[in-house]
Amino acid sequence: MTDPPITADRPDTFPMDRRTSGCPFDPPPAARALQEDGPVHRVRLADGREPWLVTRYDEGKQVLSSLSVSADAANPGYPSASASGGGGGLSFILMDDPEHARLRRMVTAPFAIKRIEALRPVVQRITDDLIDQLLAGPNPVDLVEAFALPLPSLVICALLGVPYEDHDRFQAHSKTIIRRTTTDDERQEAFRELGAYLASLLRRKTAEPGDDLLTDIAGRVTAGDLTEGEAVQMGILLLIAGHETTANMIALGTLALLEHPDERDRLLDDPEPALVASAVEELLRYLTITHDGRKRVAAEDLDVAGTTIRAGDGVIVATDLANRDPDVYPDPDRLDLTRNPRNHVAFGFGVHQCLGQPLARVELQVVYPTLFRRIPTLARAVALDEIPFKHDGAVYGVYELPVTWCPVDHHTTTSASSTTGGNES
Amino acid sequence: MKVILEQDKCVASGQCVMAAMDVFDQRDEDGIAVLLTDEVADDQVEAVRHAAAVCPALAIRLAD
Repeated sequence: MTDPPITADRPDTFPMDRRTSGCPFDPPPAARALQEDGPVHRVRLADGREPWLVTRYDEGKQVLSSLSVSADAANPGYPSASASGGGGGLSFILMDDPEHARLRRMVTAPFAIKRIEALRPVVQRITDDLIDQLLAGPNPVDLVEAFALPLPSLVICALLGVPYEDHDRFQAHSKTIIRRTTTDDERQEAFRELGAYLASLLRRKTAEPGDDLLTDIAGRVTAGDLTEGEAVQMGILLLIAGHETTANMIALGTLALLEHPDERDRLLDDPEPALVASAVEELLRYLTITHDGRKRVAAEDLDVAGTTIRAGDGVIVATDLANRDPDVYPDPDRLDLTRNPRNHVAFGFGVHQCLGQPLARVELQVVYPTLFRRIPTLARAVALDEIPFKHDGAVYGVYELPVTWCPVDHHTTTSASSTTGGNES
Repeated sequence: MKVILEQDKCVASGQCVMAAMDVFDQRDEDGIAVLLTDEVADDQVEAVRHAAAVCPALAIRLAD
């Protein structure tokens, strides 16, 4: 290393480089060193700002659930590491209560546990259809493009009530938004077209209501609770928030299981629903793909483990470190699908905790066992160090995951669907 | 053991329903948590304690 020595008055830069770690699933070693050193540190962002970094579980939960912190990105102290490329559709994510609560509560009903549970057969069908197409296509193939990205997009279509004939169009826009080679202009254009499409679909749902989320939202517009613009922003938020995150968990989780064959094998033989649920929680904990941390700004002074964070200071809660806190998770770097770490903070904590988490859970609970049951010989098609990881992404994952399988060994659709029938809980 | 739920804090994450389905449910209109009972049976106490610990909005408390 040729870096100048770090002196006590110069904080470490953030985010840190994970590539110095031997394992692509582990947080950056420099961040782990800070965690060992203490729960609260100053760090330095690329723009020169110096927010606090909270590195441990208890303190992280304390900050994220504190009424003294704000999620308002317009606050000058907000520790954004980069300029926002989100297309302005972030709606209530970056607002405080009471406005945050007002808007959030308008879209929470479809994410209730029982309603999402009712979607499980739909998720299973989408998963099986995509695996059918995968097995009928080229081998090797990029699992991200052929499976991980289309799956959540199709599930969101089902949830929102996007008609089947519009799926291709919807998929094309969301693909453009996510693709890393998309220019800013192209991305803005895709957001604009998606917004125009959602606005026209909302009007259709007003005229012909269905049993879906866009019909609910259209009803709020008719009742005067929401403007059409707010409704469209919400539709876009639900798409982008649930698409790339879930896709990254599908691809990165699959890779993590391929790298831990003993753990993968637990999912092979018709696993108990409780084990599948535990496996998904453990993969969420172990991978914590929101590796840039959860960003806040102190609205008033608060004390965190003896350090005073002043009003106006930026705070970043490193949830990836919190989920590897050895005081909470013994042997935290070990992937153990039986661990059932139900208290992890991969979805955040506090009033902004992920709204779509029940849907993400059902998707992942369906995807991993189905994928490995139907393609038990699934394997990496390239060396681990040839896989492009999203070190530069706002959400961690892989840009591509070339996979291969033994063609005679995969299960047919018929046998798979008869197996899955007994697997639903 | 009694359980106290502050509905105006609730953010409808559904964590309590996952933790203790016999004690918590969600309103149809907005997913906000509701209590199915405020008296917690002995065999539910641990599940409700867990629900309180994972509630992201700190809206659940246990009281004697």
